[in-house]
Amino acid sequence: MRPFDYRRMADLQPVDQPGDRLIAGGTNLLDLMKLDVEAPRRLLDISRAGQDRITEHEGGLRIGALVTNADCAADPRIRADYPLLAKAILAGASPQLRNKATTGGNLCQRTRCQYFMATDTRCNKRQPGSGCDALQGVNRNHAILGTSEACIATYPGDMAVALTALDATVEVLGQGGTRLIPVAEFHRLPGDDPARDNVLRDDEVITGVTLPEPVAGRQIYRKIRDRSSYAFALVSVGAVIKLREDRIARVALAFGGLAHKPWRDPQTEAILTGQPPSPALFDQAADALLAKAKGRGGNDFKIALARRALAAVLTEATEE
Amino acid sequence: MATTSATLDVNGEAREFQGDPRQTLLDFLRLDLKLTGTKKGCDHGQCGACTVMVNGRRINSCLSLAIMHDGDQITTIEGIGTPENLAAIQRAFVSHDGFQCGYCTPGQICSATAMLKELADGWPSAVTEAVADTPAPSDEELRERMSGNLCRCGAYSNIIAAIREVMQSEEGA
Amino acid sequence: MSDSYDTPDQRNLLDQTAQGVIGQPLDRPEGALKACGQATYAAEHDLTNCAEGVLVGATIGCGRVVRIHRDEVLAMPGVLAIYADQAMLRRNAQGTAGEAPIQDVTTVDYYGQPVALVVAESFEQATAAAKALRVDYDVTTDADFDPAAVEYEPSEEADELGDLDRAMDEAAFSIDRTFTTEAHNSAAMEPHASIADWDGRKLTLYGSFQMLKYNVKELADSLGVAEKNVRILSPYIGGGFGSKLGISHDAVSAALAARELGRPVRVTLTRQQVFETITRRSETRQRLRLACDRQGRLTGIGHEAWVTNLPDEGFAEPVTQATKFLYAGQNRRLALSIGRVQLTTAGSVRAPGEAVGMQVLEAAMDEMAEAAGIDPIEFRKRNLPAELPGEGLPYSSRMLTEALDRGARSFGWDQRHQQPCQRREGEWWIGMGVASAARVNILSKAEARVTLRADGGVLVESDQTDLGTGSYAILGQIAAEMLGVPIDRTDVALGDSDLPAGAGSGGSWGATSTGSAVFRACEAIRATLAHKLSVDVDELRLKDGLANDRPVTELLDKDLVETGRIEPGKTMKDYSQASYGAFFCEAAVNAFTGETRIRRMTGAFGFGRVLNAKTARSQCLGGMVWGIGSALTEAMEFDHRTGRLMTHDLAEYHVPVHRDVPAIEVILLEERDTVASPLQAKGVGELGICGAAGAVANAIYNACGVRLHSFPMTPDKLVGRLPDPVGA
Repeated sequence: MRPFDYRRMADLQPVDQPGDRLIAGGTNLLDLMKLDVEAPRRLLDISRAGQDRITEHEGGLRIGALVTNADCAADPRIRADYPLLAKAILAGASPQLRNKATTGGNLCQRTRCQYFMATDTRCNKRQPGSGCDALQGVNRNHAILGTSEACIATYPGDMAVALTALDATVEVLGQGGTRLIPVAEFHRLPGDDPARDNVLRDDEVITGVTLPEPVAGRQIYRKIRDRSSYAFALVSVGAVIKLREDRIARVALAFGGLAHKPWRDPQTEAILTGQPPSPALFDQAADALLAKAKGRGGNDFKIALARRALAAVLTEATEE
Repeated sequence: MATTSATLDVNGEAREFQGDPRQTLLDFLRLDLKLTGTKKGCDHGQCGACTVMVNGRRINSCLSLAIMHDGDQITTIEGIGTPENLAAIQRAFVSHDGFQCGYCTPGQICSATAMLKELADGWPSAVTEAVADTPAPSDEELRERMSGNLCRCGAYSNIIAAIREVMQSEEGA
Repeated sequence: MSDSYDTPDQRNLLDQTAQGVIGQPLDRPEGALKACGQATYAAEHDLTNCAEGVLVGATIGCGRVVRIHRDEVLAMPGVLAIYADQAMLRRNAQGTAGEAPIQDVTTVDYYGQPVALVVAESFEQATAAAKALRVDYDVTTDADFDPAAVEYEPSEEADELGDLDRAMDEAAFSIDRTFTTEAHNSAAMEPHASIADWDGRKLTLYGSFQMLKYNVKELADSLGVAEKNVRILSPYIGGGFGSKLGISHDAVSAALAARELGRPVRVTLTRQQVFETITRRSETRQRLRLACDRQGRLTGIGHEAWVTNLPDEGFAEPVTQATKFLYAGQNRRLALSIGRVQLTTAGSVRAPGEAVGMQVLEAAMDEMAEAAGIDPIEFRKRNLPAELPGEGLPYSSRMLTEALDRGARSFGWDQRHQQPCQRREGEWWIGMGVASAARVNILSKAEARVTLRADGGVLVESDQTDLGTGSYAILGQIAAEMLGVPIDRTDVALGDSDLPAGAGSGGSWGATSTGSAVFRACEAIRATLAHKLSVDVDELRLKDGLANDRPVTELLDKDLVETGRIEPGKTMKDYSQASYGAFFCEAAVNAFTGETRIRRMTGAFGFGRVLNAKTARSQCLGGMVWGIGSALTEAMEFDHRTGRLMTHDLAEYHVPVHRDVPAIEVILLEERDTVASPLQAKGVGELGICGAAGAVANAIYNACGVRLHSFPMTPDKLVGRLPDPVGA
């Protein structure tokens, strides 16, 4: 790690100096600092800056930015009304990491692209304009949707996939005050500016995440990975599905491991909505989801895997 | 103003940290406090050998700065038991051969200790069928909850047996 | 008595002795230390004024170092020195090398190879400085990084018998399949570490090594110092699995730096450096040709393998080693070819040869049995040769049939459906698979000193190491049994190169070889006691500190010290020796996604006398967990454009986690192999992996009907080939 100044913060404030980085759980930031991928000049320790509670909010819940992943997944209200969120969090990392990782930090988790994490390779996200070694390299874990020729990295997290399917909102505080960003719009596609993972401005800090009123229906999180635990997703699916009179009355689907952001596709959901569930319908939904999918060699399999993961989730959600 | 010091409670003893803010909690324990029971296996939160408890919660001490733990209560393997006075979980690891090389062992034991508390508190896991319910402590639950601790010698089933024994004796008690 | 083991010791003395501790499932004597974090590993020895060294790895795959920008890093806070010494290791030493491996880090042979060592006052300073060190290279542009794109040549003369091509043509049933396995890393939990401390001309190195007598020679030769001036201490080793057989970069660079700086220096490899610089198991391509007649008797076996290594390395993964002796078939072709690539040195990783050779052979045997319409257990039993094919040597002992039968009964093999896709539970196809286990047995030269102290206690001493294998436990048990001393009065001191040279840990030979040396030292002490009692040694009865009912202390006016020695002899040449077993696996394959979960496993093993049923069982368990990793998750993935290893940490290189490992049953079969050692014991440390992944592969097929010929069997390989999850 490069030297830095360290300062403890008593509350969450907008960032006012370039080179400052906020640290809370530190599980991602310190990892990347050790790899020299991140080199902040100053660390502002917000781990005791409040915002560590889950409160009732407009019929839903507000999760403070510093609520740990472990606390969030253990919260009885989350477990009862938003089981998808609890399941997604529990599918990620390890108990030790979840005890440190925070809600805000997890949203800002950076990609696991091995080239991004290696300063001796070319990466447009780490070093804009340097090129992308993943395009023709080892890219088994990489994105198949919404990629660009500049970057095929994925957003690696699980929690945000659930939050996306649950229509949650990110609350951020900047010099100009508070603004609300739907989670689905929080992360961005790489385009020709992959250095930016999300729409957070330099001065902004996440203060919380709000969940709308609970919705009825089955909530499923399915994560497919190379080993049964403690591994990043090859593909994951977060689903909220409500059946009425043998038809899919309402469906929300978000996918992890496929793109630079948790992927939500309105057309896929539209195809399913109002229809009686069947393997043919699920196939049709997958066709829509994956119409523009593009493999880069190592990750070609994700197209088939996403299709089957979707079928598995829809089958499970619509079973008697 | 930059902060340059911290006071940590390590196994019940106040310890001053006054050093390079880059130092991880793990390196502070191992190099400065000579508490080498906590192991460095990967230094990136990928193996669990460095697991300690902070305020009763298990964490990877390699992905945490010492200076961030001002006022925290740290429990390391040295705070759990000694060869002359083994904790029940340590005794069970010995009798079930819950290790071979022994390098992941302190992390497994710290992790298991905190895990039992999480179970007692009713926390769900990724294998809990209905997360809203209190999980039943099946072997599959134990395995999932211990999956943050790698053991390359492959003592996993013996570790689960050791944990199971401690759970049963605590139930009996 | 000659040191060499020339005739089988049929006395089975350990069955006559009275103490009753041999074979018992005793706890490890060092167990409490390990459970309390009090066992001291290499990097943990507390030396005053120790400086911290961090190695700098090359960021090219092949070429030369042109310039190291030292000045800017020497100016960084706390930095003491930068070394890029000619003597520093370019490659780590192969097992039992006993001499310096290839040195001089100005040439770069593979990506990540150490090119410099930065030493600073603190670990943080050294790490930052190492990261900041700029190195200019002259890059070799036409280097070979892709095993699929290089030429191969025979690494040894092919082992041929009869006419395999003709046997294939004439066979009632035959299969011809090509399999691949990926490169593996040992990934021991403790990264390689050394602390070097010089006292004048004498070096003490606290390190993590498997075979100290070779390591001393390797280190001395690398440093250009006399062996007598090198002492290595490795009392506890955080796993080895082959990766710590030879000295590595940390040891030599720490020693050089400590000598220059005049103070102790610690060098620990980062986890990424362990993956990038420590010997890998070669990836393999393996062609299996099997032919059999209508009765399911093998008429031909072909096993040809292609492996890689760096130029100038003598090691070639001996893939076909067990195929030589395991199954019958009068027409045979075993061949090994090697290709040269600029990737991390290939060398011994747990069970070199059998680990990947057996899993492929056993997957092919499953296909052959199916083609012949015979139960795979019966098919294997039908094809056990009476003597070593082609050489006519007898087998020392072989419990394979018993292992298959006992394992099958305990596992419930009769519940298996012969056809795949017959059992479905929810989303999961369930299937069962079987495989044989086999691993060559080797006796190796060893020495050990045993002291029967005047106070009646026992001390066993050797430079033998305990990697978690159980050396501390079993060496004490052998001495306690032979000398009739309670186990709690038996001390074992290991891991110090100043002690008599044991066999070292590797090749599964540590326990039997060093144990035999302990046995022989005890025999000499027994002879002395018999003489003191004026009885024939056969009449000696030693138990609980009594010698023929007299307190043994009454016979001792001073310590009795004996050194026992053993060397491989005629028994190694006159017999085919191996440990055997059988694996049974029940796997579930997700019908939608191709994820595989192991639901249960049984292993039944015969490896001669069991010296400690607890630690032996653990060895088998551990091997089977490796089998799960080899079958399902483990792969080193290189960027073939640059030679850079992309799966260089424990997040990307997937060793099995708790949840990957179900309840595993281990059955230890009673056996005495008098040919193998005076203990009637054979090796067990590697047996549990040798074929285990084959049982997994066969269970996957039996579950979902997909025969993959590519390990590891990750979801991406299965997902496109699974039957319709709903329609079936």
